[in-house]
Amino acid sequence: MSPGDLYPRPAEGTWTEHYPELGTSEVSFQDSISPEFYRREQDAIFRQAWLNVGRVDDLPKRGSFFTKDIVAARTSVIVTRDGDGVVHAFHNVCRHRGNKLVWDESPTQETSGFARQFVCKYHGWRYGLDGACTYVHQEDEFFDVEKATLGLAEVACEVWAGFIFVCLGKEPRQTLREFLGPMVGALEGYPFEAMTERYSFRAENNSNWKVFIDAFQEYYHVPPLHTYQLGPNNRDPNLTFEGAHYQLDGPHRVVSTTGVQKHKWPPETMYPSEVLLRSGNMGPWDAHELAAEISGVNPGGVDRWGIDNFQIFPNLEILIYERNWYLSYRFWPTSHNTHVFEADLWFTPAKTARERLAREYAAITVKEYALQDCGTLDGTQLGLESEAFDSYPLNDQEILVRHFHKSVGDWVDAHRRALGDETLGFDPMAPPPVTG
Amino acid sequence: MAAFPAQFAALEPYADWALPSEADRYAKRLASSMDELQSFYDAALPLLESQADYLKGVSLDGISEADLNLLRCLQALVTVSFPVEAWHQPYVPDSGAASIDVTVEPRP
Repeated sequence: MSPGDLYPRPAEGTWTEHYPELGTSEVSFQDSISPEFYRREQDAIFRQAWLNVGRVDDLPKRGSFFTKDIVAARTSVIVTRDGDGVVHAFHNVCRHRGNKLVWDESPTQETSGFARQFVCKYHGWRYGLDGACTYVHQEDEFFDVEKATLGLAEVACEVWAGFIFVCLGKEPRQTLREFLGPMVGALEGYPFEAMTERYSFRAENNSNWKVFIDAFQEYYHVPPLHTYQLGPNNRDPNLTFEGAHYQLDGPHRVVSTTGVQKHKWPPETMYPSEVLLRSGNMGPWDAHELAAEISGVNPGGVDRWGIDNFQIFPNLEILIYERNWYLSYRFWPTSHNTHVFEADLWFTPAKTARERLAREYAAITVKEYALQDCGTLDGTQLGLESEAFDSYPLNDQEILVRHFHKSVGDWVDAHRRALGDETLGFDPMAPPPVTG
Repeated sequence: MAAFPAQFAALEPYADWALPSEADRYAKRLASSMDELQSFYDAALPLLESQADYLKGVSLDGISEADLNLLRCLQALVTVSFPVEAWHQPYVPDSGAASIDVTVEPRP
C-alpha cells in the first residue's frame, strides 16, 4: 500500500510537503535531552506563551481558588474567582518578604478551596481575592508603605471556552484568542460546559515533556504498542494507521481520525467487558445527545469522523471524541528529562449505576494505555540521551511531531532574537541568553 | 448481613473488592494473583449481562448503601478486566516504574 490509499492527501502528495516550511529531513531531538535548551524553553516558552492552568469548573463559586505550580516558569500562580465573579491570576508570592503565599501542609504542593482572603503564614499580611493587600501587620512599623500599592503581582489571565489560561510575560504579545488562532478558536462553541463529570490523572514521568507529547500526537505507534486496542482476535502488529486529516495553524496542530464507530464493531472483535459495559477506548457508547451540529470539530470534514486531537501550543492537548466526551492533557516540564503529566477526562454526568460503570471503563482504559506510554517513553528518553544518532527520520504520519519541534525551536529562536542574540538555530553548547 | 442486593449474591465472597476509590481498587489488583483476579472476574462479569436492567434502574441520586457497595464492587470489576482480558498479568506491560494516580473521580 502506498501513502494516501485510505484517505486523500493534499495535492503535494503528502501532508508534510503541503507545509514546505517543515522540510522532510531527519530531525534532531537534541531539544529533548539538553539542559541548556530546557533553560531557553523556560524563558522563551513557559514565561511567554498562554498556558492552560484549569477550567472554570475548578472555580465553581465566588471565593473559589486554586494554586498551580509552574515549575518551568519558576513560579506558582493563584487563580481566584473574586466577589464579583471575575477570574484573576496572581503570582503566589507575598508582597512583604516573598514567601509563597497560599499552600497547606507543604509549599511544594498545590492546593484549592474557598477563601474570603489569603493570609501569609509568615507575617500575617492579608490579601483579597482581587489581589489587593487588605492588612499589614504592625503597619506603623514600616517606612512610607502604602497598602494600596502592595497588592499581589497580577498575571495576565483569560478564559476561553471555559479553559483558564495565564500568560507570565509582563505584557502578553497577543490576546489569548489571537494566540489560539482560527483553527483552535473555532472550538469555542463546543459544549464543553455540558461535560461536568471528571476523572483526573497525574503522573511523574522520566522523559522530556516533548517526548511525551510526541507520542500523543501520532497514531503510527498505536498498532505496534497498543495492540490490545485492536481487540482480542486482531493483534496484528503489522496493521497500519493513517490519519484522515492533518492541519497546522501557527504553532497549533490537529489530527483527525476516522473509522467504523466502536459500538458498530462486531462483538467478537471486542473484549467481553467492552460489549457488556458498552464502553471502551472511544468512550461510552450510549452518549447523551448534546447538539445536532457541534462547532469547530472535524475541521477536515472527514467521513465517519472519530477523534479530533488538537495540540495547542505549547503543552495542552484537547481530544474530542465522536461519542461526546473529551479529554484534556497538560504536560508540565520539571527539568530537561522529567515532567508531570495531567489528564482530565470529562463526561456528561452519569445518572445510573450502569452509566457510571461505562464512564469508569472509558476512564480506566485511558489509564491502562497511558501507562504503556509512560514506561515506553522513559525508554525513549534513555535512548535519545545516549546520542547514538545525530538525527532521526519521521514519516508523514508523524507530521505533527515535526511541526511541534519546529515550533518550539522557532519560539526559542525568536526569543533569542528579541534579546539581541542573532545566532539562529539551536546550538546546545552556546550559553543561555541573559535575561532581565 | 448481605453486602449486596440479593440477586448479586454471587459477589458475596468478593465483598472486599467493594472499595471506595480507584486507588484502593488498583492497589488490591496489584496485590492479587492472577487466580484471584480471574475468580472475581468470573463471578462478576456475567452479572453485567444478567442484571443489566437492574443496573440501569439504580439511580446515583440517593443511591442505597447496598447499591453503592454493589457499584464499587463492579467498578473493581472494571479494574481487573484489563489484567484478565488483555494483559494476563496484574500490572500493565511495558509500564516499567511508571505510575499514574487518579486524583479526581466522581463519587459515587
